[in-house]
Amino acid sequence: MPHGSLPLLYIFLFYLFGLIAILSALLFVTRRSPVAAALWLVNTMFCLAALYVMLDAQFIGAIQVLVYAGAIMVVFLFVIMLLNLGHPRELADARGLGWKVVAGAVGLGLLAQVFAVTRTHVATQIRLPAGYTADQIALRGAIAPIAGPLFHQYLLAFELTSMLLLAAIVGAVVLAKRGDARVG
Amino acid sequence: MLSSQIAAATAPLDGTVARWVWLVPVLPLAGFVINGLLSLGGAYHAGPPDPGLAHSGEAEDAVSHGGGDAAAHASHAVPRHRFAGIVSVVGPAVLLLAFALTVAIWAAMVQSGSTAPYVQVYFPWMPVGDLHLDAAFQLDQLAIVMMLVITGVGSLIHVFSVGYMRDDPGYPRYFAYLNLFVFFMLVLVLGANYPILFIGWEGVGLCSYLLIGFWFSDKANADAGKKAFIVNRIGDFGFLIAMFLIFVNLKTLDLTAIDASQLVEGGPLVTTICLFLFLGCAGKSAQIPLYIWLPDAMAGPTPVSALIHAATMVTAGVYLIARSNALFSIAPAASLTVAVVGGLTAIFAASIGLKQWDIKKVLAYSTVSQLGYMFVGVGVGAYAAGIFHLVTHAFFKALLFLGAGSVIYAMHEAYHHSGSHDDAQDMRNMGGLRAFMPVTWVVMWVATLAIAGIPPFAGFFSKDDILGSVFARAQGSTLADATWLGIPGSAVLYAVYGIGLVAAFMTAIYMTRMMLYTFHGPNRTGERERTHLREAPWIMTGPLVVLAALSAAGGWLNLPSIIPAGPVGLLEGWLDPVVGAGTRRVTAQAVEFPASTEWVLIAVAVAVAAGGIALAWSRLRPESLVPKNASAAAEGFAGVLEHKYYVDEIYDAAIVHPTVEISRGLLWRGIDAGLIDGLVVNGSAYLARLTGWIGSQLQTGRVGTYAWVLVFGVLAVLGAFTLK
Amino acid sequence: MLAESLFFSAVLFTIGVVGVLTRRNAIIVFMCVELMLNAVNLTFIAFAQIYGVAGQIFVFFVMTVAAAEAAVGLAIIIALFRHRHTVNLQDINVLKG
Repeated sequence: MPHGSLPLLYIFLFYLFGLIAILSALLFVTRRSPVAAALWLVNTMFCLAALYVMLDAQFIGAIQVLVYAGAIMVVFLFVIMLLNLGHPRELADARGLGWKVVAGAVGLGLLAQVFAVTRTHVATQIRLPAGYTADQIALRGAIAPIAGPLFHQYLLAFELTSMLLLAAIVGAVVLAKRGDARVG
Repeated sequence: MLSSQIAAATAPLDGTVARWVWLVPVLPLAGFVINGLLSLGGAYHAGPPDPGLAHSGEAEDAVSHGGGDAAAHASHAVPRHRFAGIVSVVGPAVLLLAFALTVAIWAAMVQSGSTAPYVQVYFPWMPVGDLHLDAAFQLDQLAIVMMLVITGVGSLIHVFSVGYMRDDPGYPRYFAYLNLFVFFMLVLVLGANYPILFIGWEGVGLCSYLLIGFWFSDKANADAGKKAFIVNRIGDFGFLIAMFLIFVNLKTLDLTAIDASQLVEGGPLVTTICLFLFLGCAGKSAQIPLYIWLPDAMAGPTPVSALIHAATMVTAGVYLIARSNALFSIAPAASLTVAVVGGLTAIFAASIGLKQWDIKKVLAYSTVSQLGYMFVGVGVGAYAAGIFHLVTHAFFKALLFLGAGSVIYAMHEAYHHSGSHDDAQDMRNMGGLRAFMPVTWVVMWVATLAIAGIPPFAGFFSKDDILGSVFARAQGSTLADATWLGIPGSAVLYAVYGIGLVAAFMTAIYMTRMMLYTFHGPNRTGERERTHLREAPWIMTGPLVVLAALSAAGGWLNLPSIIPAGPVGLLEGWLDPVVGAGTRRVTAQAVEFPASTEWVLIAVAVAVAAGGIALAWSRLRPESLVPKNASAAAEGFAGVLEHKYYVDEIYDAAIVHPTVEISRGLLWRGIDAGLIDGLVVNGSAYLARLTGWIGSQLQTGRVGTYAWVLVFGVLAVLGAFTLK
Repeated sequence: MLAESLFFSAVLFTIGVVGVLTRRNAIIVFMCVELMLNAVNLTFIAFAQIYGVAGQIFVFFVMTVAAAEAAVGLAIIIALFRHRHTVNLQDINVLKG
């Protein structure tokens, strides 16, 4: 969608949230304390949620905050606290300078390659009328366009995912249990 | 190609007993199988050393040392092999049956009067590309003569062995090997193409090795067997090269199909083929430079020496040249080479025989010398004469060896009784045995007169035939017209004639010397042994008498025309379809010399022989001999002769030692252990381990490493897309 | 806003990759993986704006799976910590060989 038809505020906010997300990610990666890193990641996710909302995925934005930032990161923080990883002796855990330089080069190389590859490969066949999703949402609300296909076309994937969650629950319980627990 | 010739050639003999010709070799083969199985069944035990040699301290001797009389001897009698009885019947019986069949076949051949060879094809053996070899036997006049000699003399030797080897623990094994040998020898003479002949050639070499090393528990015997086999091998290489050349140029190896007219007469190709064939003969028939194995082969049992190293195997070379007369008759240079080498061998070996003390060694060198005569015969193109000498030599040399065996048997028995460890084969320990072994004495004199060439015994006729042929061809033939290493052929032939006469003179001397020291003069065996010296049992002396009769009467096989004592030239006429064309090709321009010249030649030969005997009889003093243990070592030229011109030592230093050193140092340590084991085998293992170690460095077990690898993989894949 | 979204997504993804390669604390590495997943989610949502709601449904599933994966992964890390008393990835090399 050409920028010209979008309100200026929208564009400004979009860039703002994007840059904040990137900055937060950079800070996350470079923090020594795991707790600080986790919190910066939370910030990144908030910004991403904002971006989702601006991209006509309001429901997903809400889910992002609820599930990702609100549940998954909370679990991470729980585990960090549980394992008592904030002590100074645990904190010297990044690799040496040489490794960081190489990693940085690798990252830049990856980025460059992604740009090079995606420059010409944007499919045009299935282009739906512009603003299609926005119209759907305007018509039926934010949730209905997702719920419909979810329980109709993607029912199988839905059921499988629920089984996956069951397996994950059982697995997490089994794995984290103390090895010599008494039965009962 | 062969079948059309079969159709043309087999018509006369097809319906007769000749169609059973395959049974003649198969009978001894069956004997081998039976005796071989029996030898596995009974006591498996390496035999004691040669009865002629000193005992090496066996347990039984300790028992008998106390007494030395008959009672003590009976108490430690060696038990016979469990199956000795069956073997004593089976072993000689198959040979006698084979001989009877051979005689019947010969009679059928005489009756049919056919001159073409009778070929029986059994199955196609090697159809490979251009090469079509069949497993086939060819029966013709030459083959039947050889078969009669092999089976006839062979049967007599088998019967003799029943008595000679009676106490040997390896009795069935002995007869098994002996039968196997006869089988291979018959395959050799019956072979319809060169490869079948070669199978027999190799087989007799194998059996010779097995029988020479029969008492292999003594390392010297095993070494002698090895020496024989290895030296034979050198000759076999020559034979193989010759076969390859024949096939490449004539496109066939079948005896009936070889058409020598395709080759250039006297050209380098046919000369090369014949020289390589002669190399094979030099190995098998103990000519210079490959004769060295024959004296060592005396380590085997004496009947083996009689059969293999006198009558049959060593004559295979002469047979081969007679068979290939089509090739030799058009290669004068090669034929002259054969004659020269034969003549030199004759005189060389005879000179060594003058100074040998072991009775078997004297006979061994005598054999080498007589083989030289045979090669002179076939070398000058007198193929029938060479075969004639082959036949008579089989008679009297087998007789000499078996007689020596009889003597050794008696000496061994005497030493056994007295517990002595002296050498039972050394002539210095013998003497005056005529009083104890009269039959042996008589037959040995018959053989001595035969080998020396005294008429009317067989050797005179065959030797005179050869020498006369040499003289005749020196006067006019293709050989006389050719040159040998620049020397005109006639001069070479006259020289060969002269050498032959000198060798005959020496033959007479050393044979008389042998008889003198063994049977005449005082007995040097010792007081205690003398009472036990006695004649061998009749199972051993019987064959001796038969052979003596043949040695006496054998000359009648091929009487010369000027001696009107019976049918002239029987053998020569019989062999004419096989060797006649070759013979006539050599003597094309021969001048038929007058009867007076022939009488002069005969007189010279007889004078030489008689002179040798008289010289030895008058000059040698058996009384001056002392037993071996007390004898001094020979000095001067006599020492050189006694040590066989140090030929074995020279070969050892020049050939054997360097070969062993190169093999050990370069081939074993350098290439085998160093290069192949070290570099290739261990090196490749090291390389695999190294590669594995490099790979294992990736398996750190740490997630971080794997993350790096993963990312690099992604970069690689994306890179492929980017560059595309 | 498709191009901008894709740009942000690529940068976030790369930051996640660098974090995985550089950090040795297992939990931090795990969180970097979560960052990568979020970057991919952004891509999907960006395309969903134009090509239809399937993209958002995919994000839905990605989040679900990420939740399950986080639970199990953290359980593993806890079990590992119990045995090794460290979450430093350099020290956890039991799979070596």
